[in-house]
Amino acid sequence: MSTLTIRSLRKNFGAVEVLKGIDLEAQNGEFIALVGPSGCGKSTLLAMIAGLETVTSGEIRIDGRLVNSVAPKDRDIAMVFQSYALYPTMTVRENITFGMESRRVPKPQQDEAVKRVAAFLQIEPLLERKPGQLSGGQRQRVAMGRALVRDPKLFLFDEPLSNLDAKLRVDMRTEIKKLHHRVGKTTVYVTHDQVEAMTLASRIAVMHQGSVQQFDEPATVYNRPANMFVAGFMGSPAMNFLPAELSEEGGRPAVALQTANGKTVSLSIVQTLPSDTPRQLVLGVRPEHIYRFDPDLARRKPSIAQIDAVVELVEPTGAETMAVLRLGAKEITGRFDPDGTPRMGETVTLGIDMARACLFDPTTQRLI
Amino acid sequence: MADVSLDQVQDHHASTVAARRHFLARFVIYGLLVIFAAIYLVPLLVVVLNSFRDQQEIARNGLISLPRSFRLEAWGQAWSTYCIGGTCEGMQRNFYNSLKMTIPATIISTAVGAMNGYILSKWLFKGSEALFTCMLLGVFIPGQISLMPWAFILGNLGLSNSVYGLVLIHVIQGISFTTLFCRNYYVSIPDDLIKAARIDGAGFWRIFRKIILPLSSPILIVTVIWQFTGIWNEYLFGVVFTSGQQQPITAALVALTASGTNVRAYDVMSAAVLIGALPPLLIYLFGGKYFVRGLTQGAIK
Repeated sequence: MSTLTIRSLRKNFGAVEVLKGIDLEAQNGEFIALVGPSGCGKSTLLAMIAGLETVTSGEIRIDGRLVNSVAPKDRDIAMVFQSYALYPTMTVRENITFGMESRRVPKPQQDEAVKRVAAFLQIEPLLERKPGQLSGGQRQRVAMGRALVRDPKLFLFDEPLSNLDAKLRVDMRTEIKKLHHRVGKTTVYVTHDQVEAMTLASRIAVMHQGSVQQFDEPATVYNRPANMFVAGFMGSPAMNFLPAELSEEGGRPAVALQTANGKTVSLSIVQTLPSDTPRQLVLGVRPEHIYRFDPDLARRKPSIAQIDAVVELVEPTGAETMAVLRLGAKEITGRFDPDGTPRMGETVTLGIDMARACLFDPTTQRLI
Repeated sequence: MADVSLDQVQDHHASTVAARRHFLARFVIYGLLVIFAAIYLVPLLVVVLNSFRDQQEIARNGLISLPRSFRLEAWGQAWSTYCIGGTCEGMQRNFYNSLKMTIPATIISTAVGAMNGYILSKWLFKGSEALFTCMLLGVFIPGQISLMPWAFILGNLGLSNSVYGLVLIHVIQGISFTTLFCRNYYVSIPDDLIKAARIDGAGFWRIFRKIILPLSSPILIVTVIWQFTGIWNEYLFGVVFTSGQQQPITAALVALTASGTNVRAYDVMSAAVLIGALPPLLIYLFGGKYFVRGLTQGAIK
């Protein structure tokens, strides 16, 4: 059993406020991802949980115990660093036992633990090597071994995959997920990669400029982003934002979009709007919710709205094809099946799935 | 066909010209280097040869000439029997004085420098940068400026005219350099290592012993060589604060040339000078490789 609770946590470096009142909590066994662009404060937050940075105000509790001024070694945590931070002069075995050595764990017990972890991570053949003789992926495993061997209350990962090449990164991501399933420890994972956050986490905290923008399950963060920042940050290619005006279409609320040559097109809204909805809106549509329109699709999905656009650019990636489409003054990106890819210069009729679209207030940037 | 063979002939001709030019350039470069090396080494050669020549022969043929005799007596005299200022014990006592001064001063100043460097790079505190800057000033202060203060301090501590006094001086005077060396080296050790060790439950001393020290050999070798040669060759403090039997060898060499006898024993002097120069020479010989490696290491990272 181990939980993490953070309440109105603040951090100042001199006059600069790095964290502006963070509230987070992790249930027992949960996998929390802290995601955000560089400089958002996510690594500082992790360092504070680890006890490597001091707390300016607020509180951090591990298992209910206030640890604000507890030394890192007494917090019962383990951390995996971006640089792995393996001790270069020690063998893999010594790296793994260093923590137990510091805590004066008896030698037979140490050997037992090393054996268990090495088997678990399949690093037995590496035990007598130095970190310099290992590949990136092997170092990564050793770093995780060093964390695992302690059987801590809390696992902290600081961008552990960003030093690996693309293919290995995907493999190790899967490994970390498996590992978490088997070990079931409460984990806090810092990353700037939204795909890592989506695939690994049970809940995601999206951070920006020192505060948590949204803290929710991956599906919710992706489908109902709390504001335009989260909407734009999560998902690649990013969500399309289109300025729109509130209008009416056959007695139902709709949004009117400016298209080419000054015409406006109305798209019916599926969701019910609150009474204080502003007249000016931002319509957010993910690239995968833009289709090539055909009557069949409209019959299957009644929420599809029609709109014409000119294809400016086509980018095939193999599995799917991205198309940059001109809609009035705006460019939007659509994600198409390679078979139905529009051609460059072509005018296509698009079907936008309004049930999946998001509406934002342009002044507060919040989701409506 | 004809064109092709003509081309080949021309190619061949061009390549021989290029090779000749290349050879000439090499010849000039190596020639110049040999000349410079000779200019640098000739004085040493003269001293070495004179230490094996007979005094009479030196007097007859002059200081700089090819040896006609070979004897080792001058070395023995210089070491144990030659008379300096009334005592006839040669340089051995001064040689031991120098060792007694240099070894502890080198070890202590290097150890303090390593500790300072560790703190000033990995355990920063409010004002640590300012403190480091102050310590750096010591690098730029010439030794003679601190002569008067040292005279006062040694007098009060009762350490004037003693090797221990010189040890104290060299430890303190050396800390600026050793701290600078070690701190700049330790800055390149990733902070994540320290953080990982802290989470692993290691404290200040354990991190120093188990993580920092094992990584330090290049910089410690540089520091030891630097300190050892610097302290061994130091002359000013030795002359000013010690006399007679307490003098380190550098100071005693001066006394040797100034010792009242009319006949200048060039053979003994040469041998004495070489005895005095031997330890730093040996240090460079064995540690030189690491010295160069250690000096460049920080720059690459």
